[in-house]
Amino acid sequence: MTLDILRMVGFGGLVLVVGYPLGLYMARVFAGERTWLTPVLAPVERAVYRLAGVDPSAEMRWTSYASSLLLFNFACFTILYLLLRLQGVLPLNPTAATGMSPDMAFNTAVSFVTNTNWQAFAGETGVSHLTQMLGFTWQNFISAASGMTVAVAFIRGLTRKETREIGNFWADLTRSWLYVLLPMSIVIALVYVSQGTVQTLAGAVTAKTIEGVTQVMRVGPVASQEAIKLLGTNGGGFFNANSAHPFENPTPLTNLLQVLSMFAIPAGLTFTFGRMAGRMRQGVVIFAAMAILFFAGLGVIYGFEHAGNPNLTRVGADQVASAAQAGGNMEGKEVRFGIADSALYGATTTAASSGAVNGAMTSMTPLAGGMAMLNIALGEVVFGGVGSGLYGMLIFALLAVFIAGLMVGRTPEYLGKKIGPKEMKLAMFAILALAASVLVLTALAISSPAGLAGRLTQGPHGLSEVLYAFTSGVGNNGSAFAGLDAATVFYTTTIGIGMLLGRYLFIIPVLAIAGSMARKKQAPPSSGTFPTDSGMFVGLLVGVVLIIGALTFFPAYALGPVLEHFLMHAGTLF
Amino acid sequence: MTDGLDMHVEASPEAATPRKRTAAPNDGALIRRAIVDAFLKLNPVKLWHNPVMFVVEIGSAICTFYVFADLVATRQNVTFLVGIAFWLWFTVLFANFAEAMAEGRGKAQADSLRNMTTDTLANLVKDDTIEQIPANQLRKGDKVVISAGETIPGDGDVIEGIASVDESAITGESAPVIRESGGDRSAVTGGTKVLSDRIIVQITSEPGQTFLDRMISLVEGANRSKTPNEIALDILLITLTMIFLLVTVSLEAFAIYSGQSVQVSVLIALLVCLMPTTIGGLLSSIGIAGMDRLVRHNVLAMSGRAVEAAGDVNTLLLDKTGTITLGNRQASEFLPTAGVTEEELADIAQLASLSDETPEGRSIVVLAKQFGIRERHLHKEETEFIPFTANTRMSGIDWQGKRIRKGATDAVLAWVASQGGTVPPDITELVERVSSTGGTPLVVSIDDRALGVVHLKDIVKGGIRERFDQLRAMGIKTVMITGDNPITAGVIAREAGVDDFLAQATPETKMELIRKEQASGKLVAMTGDGTNDAPALAQADVGVAMNTGTTAAKEAGNMVDLDSNPTKLIEIVEIGKQLLMTRGALTTFSIANDVAKYFAIIPAIFMVAYPVLGRLNVMGLHSPQSAILDAVIFNALIIVALIPLSLKGVKYRPLGAAVVLRRNLLVYGLGGVILPFFGLKLIDIILVALHVAG
Repeated sequence: MTLDILRMVGFGGLVLVVGYPLGLYMARVFAGERTWLTPVLAPVERAVYRLAGVDPSAEMRWTSYASSLLLFNFACFTILYLLLRLQGVLPLNPTAATGMSPDMAFNTAVSFVTNTNWQAFAGETGVSHLTQMLGFTWQNFISAASGMTVAVAFIRGLTRKETREIGNFWADLTRSWLYVLLPMSIVIALVYVSQGTVQTLAGAVTAKTIEGVTQVMRVGPVASQEAIKLLGTNGGGFFNANSAHPFENPTPLTNLLQVLSMFAIPAGLTFTFGRMAGRMRQGVVIFAAMAILFFAGLGVIYGFEHAGNPNLTRVGADQVASAAQAGGNMEGKEVRFGIADSALYGATTTAASSGAVNGAMTSMTPLAGGMAMLNIALGEVVFGGVGSGLYGMLIFALLAVFIAGLMVGRTPEYLGKKIGPKEMKLAMFAILALAASVLVLTALAISSPAGLAGRLTQGPHGLSEVLYAFTSGVGNNGSAFAGLDAATVFYTTTIGIGMLLGRYLFIIPVLAIAGSMARKKQAPPSSGTFPTDSGMFVGLLVGVVLIIGALTFFPAYALGPVLEHFLMHAGTLF
Repeated sequence: MTDGLDMHVEASPEAATPRKRTAAPNDGALIRRAIVDAFLKLNPVKLWHNPVMFVVEIGSAICTFYVFADLVATRQNVTFLVGIAFWLWFTVLFANFAEAMAEGRGKAQADSLRNMTTDTLANLVKDDTIEQIPANQLRKGDKVVISAGETIPGDGDVIEGIASVDESAITGESAPVIRESGGDRSAVTGGTKVLSDRIIVQITSEPGQTFLDRMISLVEGANRSKTPNEIALDILLITLTMIFLLVTVSLEAFAIYSGQSVQVSVLIALLVCLMPTTIGGLLSSIGIAGMDRLVRHNVLAMSGRAVEAAGDVNTLLLDKTGTITLGNRQASEFLPTAGVTEEELADIAQLASLSDETPEGRSIVVLAKQFGIRERHLHKEETEFIPFTANTRMSGIDWQGKRIRKGATDAVLAWVASQGGTVPPDITELVERVSSTGGTPLVVSIDDRALGVVHLKDIVKGGIRERFDQLRAMGIKTVMITGDNPITAGVIAREAGVDDFLAQATPETKMELIRKEQASGKLVAMTGDGTNDAPALAQADVGVAMNTGTTAAKEAGNMVDLDSNPTKLIEIVEIGKQLLMTRGALTTFSIANDVAKYFAIIPAIFMVAYPVLGRLNVMGLHSPQSAILDAVIFNALIIVALIPLSLKGVKYRPLGAAVVLRRNLLVYGLGGVILPFFGLKLIDIILVALHVAG
């Protein structure tokens, strides 16, 4: 156990070591400054701009920034939708996948455009190589880059003064994938390949097992997709088993690299924010708040998983970790990874809006599963998705500043800018949109026969299955609790809508706030100003995130995971 | 600019302690009136302006409906439902009561002010004839004559004559003030009384828009519009209400899924308990009470926005004279030339000042007494007083054939030379010594001898340095404005502990300073009284005009200080901050309360279907019904309990933001989480003891 804890603390250190320099690098990239990759990439960048007819120095107001983003994402959606519908007749289809049904194509296209990567289909059989590469891998880059543009535009809004302009969407988008996502993915993919992750254009290999049975194993361009799947907090695996599959995640090293890549950019962006705000401490407090929330959640998941199921102990099963066994609750986990790596992966993927999994969430002990769900429900701000984590957390920072800022006797201000009715309206709208989407869609599902039919289990665990699905969709996480049959028209449609609401009803207010904050004057800080770069602010921010999440979801969780937990201790299992 | 300060300001350097207005009615009458108003405010049309309470009222109405519906249908369980409905109505009533209490004091004050406006007759000057018309028919530009004993019929400027005026009706200050034509003391206010002499006043306001009218509507809160911070807070509260509405509605779905539907009344109880009713109920009373606090400090704010801006101020521009220093310079030492003793100089200086009634002159007499020199009686026959004139720039006496003079250095030295004397070589050095420390040198001479120099010094007000230290801790920069030269200004600035100073200030340089501060994103507050202050008052974010000032100044500023005490600016800032703090503290408290309420209500609702959820009943509340009643009762009573806090404001200490925040977070955040656990348990024990809970 001590070793496990050391490993997790060590992971925290690694995130810092990777995130900090990456954050500074990104700050340079988005400012259009020279980096060590500029000599190689600048010609490509210029070519892209020339090809697209974009002037990267032309600044945009928030309205044109937002409409560019929406238009671009809509175009991506349309292409992906058509690709999914028509993949059966398109080339590069060695597994003979058929075209998707309209509702499934809608769900999948929305999923990959919104950086959710919820998969209601099985990756091995459901889609062609062309779809995997041209559709999914492309979207993995582009949806992540879209998130980064919003984060960067938001930072500009907070830090610029008395201007209407918050940057150029096309330039931010290009720089995101060209300077950040692409180079990192190439390096990471090569490491994966070196560790044995599959990378081929072939469809399957056939092997003869020792028992003499013939086994057909699906293969394909896995490593290349794996790199961006995690780096871009996408989470859509090549295989349905996702990162529990040995072809995706073969060794302990790849497992570590996977969790690390999920946090690299979200953590790095906090430092980008600090640098762009001209005061690194502002970024550090955001990082610290995220880290505290993450380790608290990880502690809960690890604690309950490590303790295992009391009913098994009662009937005489040995759940204590030893040299011979991993111990704890090993149901639904890869024996290769054990409790610690599975808990770490589970906590990271839910916190980071990634959705990649290396174990089954549904098999977790009730409160550990509930914690994973809460990680998402908090708004994907515990590092969160690429870009979305930062702007989500900054929205909470505005709220924290507002509630507590009044208490120091001044109009609340963040980074020297006053927060007025307009910003509050937009920020609260964004928070309300998330809470409302999850609650309403879940209530709808459990009140309708179509929704109830999808459950694998009755009772509180069944409620958790449904609640998790919508939480994951709206939070643009994409991980599944498993158990729920999400391939029905009801769920593909409702979850698809949830993903759209969760993404765009948040992004639009965020950009509007950016536009409104950019126009404001910036007052220099004084000792009378609410200090947003102190340890106290970290505590406050953590408190606000938790209390908003808790107040919104306490009743639902009481009837789901909490009830299940009590019932488990009373001897009832689901 | 500020030389025309009122006498009582100079007389009361301790003006930092507010003088309470006396017009407040007794508390009993106030409370009775507020109770009646609380019921009148149940009118949904009136309650609409408070969305949180409006929702509670709708909830109360629905619960009441279910009481009767259940009575007809089942005849069961009705006491419980009655309990919920009863306490929900009281939640609304308590909130209304808080608002009515806050308004009450202002209304009483407005009534007494209104009495002054009635029945006044004006002597209108019309082409050399005088016509008597009711005061409320006076138009802008009309000229009226007011004689001793008459009430001034409207706001205006004195255009002819000089009079002493009793302004106690407006300012509460009984000492009369002088009003005269021309200059910065020409403004008179309707409703005040001329005590002596006769003046002609030109009316400057239209009927219904006089200062008194504005004052009435301000203290009454008649056209109170919400401030930006209130609107932003409202949005937060409304959104939280919507989230909780969704939570409760979806809870019904979760409940049905779990095999147990929840009564509508219980859902409404849950909703109301979760909604930020504490702050929602007290928000408007906090705002009204803040304005009222200002009024009790004798400051009239033209808008709530101005009060809030005062809390945000970064830079205070303070006039040196009257604010930082006592009105006048005082003698601090005698510096004799070689061959002259200090006593000799003191003796002659005192003689020179005996007839000098200016504060400077008097201070020389007082200082000389320390050398054992007593005041002497001078026989009129052998004494001739030489008064100060701007021309000679010196004063003195001719006494027993001796010609004694004191005055500006060059003037006295020229006089000595003209008397055939020689200027002592060390006198220049003495003069420079005084000047270099920011003092004003006065040279004293007798006949053809210059005896030495009197050091006149600005006296910094006692305790002002501490005030500035507090302001600095609050992050507010103080800038001293003075017409003095930079050397003098620098010395005073150091002594008083201000952060910066503007020497040889003119209206233009003042304006420039305000613009510069504002350009760097700062909010500026200042006081002013003269007409030439008007542009700067208008430009400043918080402009406090002195009531003694000109009409132009009063119209340019967004606050008027009836006491005409420039130090008041500091208190205005504090009141502004306290107002925001109270809102923030109660919001935090309100939201933090919800944690405990969840632990009361959620297990209560589902304990029947899932007995294991009883383990969430950490407070060990008696029964599901008592738990729900506990929460509703606590929620209503906490509003009443916090009414005094909302009216008085949270305790204010002039400390840095970090310290204030830590303290308030601990008290209202952590306290807000913990307190209800005990409160709910206590109410539960009482309910069980009273056999109310089933």
